[in-house]
Amino acid sequence: PELQYRQYQVVGRKIPTESDPTPPMYRLKVFAQDEVFAKSRFWYYMNRLRKVKKSVGEVLRVIEIKEKSPNQVKNYGIWIRYDSRSGTHNMYKEARGTSLNGAIKEIYEEMGSRHRARHSVVQIVKTDIIPAAECRRDNTTQFHDSKIAFPLKHRLPRSNKKSHKSTFKA
Amino acid sequence: RTSAILSKMVYKRFVEIGRVAFVSFGEDQGKLCAVVDIVDQNRALIDGPNIRRQAIGFKFLHLTGFVIQIGHGAGTTAVKKAWEKEGIEEKWQQSRWYKKLQMKATRRQLSDFDRFKLMKVKQRRSWLIKMEMGRLKKAQKK
Repeated sequence: PELQYRQYQVVGRKIPTESDPTPPMYRLKVFAQDEVFAKSRFWYYMNRLRKVKKSVGEVLRVIEIKEKSPNQVKNYGIWIRYDSRSGTHNMYKEARGTSLNGAIKEIYEEMGSRHRARHSVVQIVKTDIIPAAECRRDNTTQFHDSKIAFPLKHRLPRSNKKSHKSTFKA
Repeated sequence: RTSAILSKMVYKRFVEIGRVAFVSFGEDQGKLCAVVDIVDQNRALIDGPNIRRQAIGFKFLHLTGFVIQIGHGAGTTAVKKAWEKEGIEEKWQQSRWYKKLQMKATRRQLSDFDRFKLMKVKQRRSWLIKMEMGRLKKAQKK
């Protein structure tokens, strides 16, 4: 089963007490594989950013945010904060795709491969759909061509039957 | 643009907006689709009359020689219209590729008796060819 990121909106607050009957509610948008991890990340950030712990707080709602237009290709801009071996850095990455969840998956994989950054040290700070004119990466802008045409080179024979499957395609 | 490239390049079939491709892998195996948009170097957004609009990898597409006229990111109805206008269904069914696929499918479904009949027919054909060859050789000797 392939790893699939979903986007969740987690809303929570400190449990109301006599001294504080209506504590402020906080919302976190997080990418996780399931709700359990989404709630876990909610408390991770709440701990760090506010004086609220899971033991004195409550999660009010967890909703999955679905893709609005999965049949349209979009350019995603993703702002990241990650810990490298010697410090923590900000990054801006672009990904092209039909869904934000798919783009996020690509970004996590890219961070793992290019920077050896595991999932736990990568924080997605912000995500946005970028119009073509504002894309900064050549890897994204090279596809902004209405008359794009390229051949498929170095085609490997690929079987469509499981019985003919092989690990290495010579 | 494509025709200018065609005259010079080794490659004749290009991935472009409107290129009709054959899906060779997965649930939609055997269906035709059109490239509606390019996602990145590995994937295209495809759509077709019998196939759901989706992003699919180039690994699973075999390009045909047909192209339909659509704008990039065209909707499903626009793709369907262009498909019918170009007459892709008829063009496809007249192509050798399609006929070979049909032939392979028929052969796979032959019963033992059908295979026996096929053998007999092939024997008859090769006998006819040999007879005619013999006659031509004899005529040439004279």
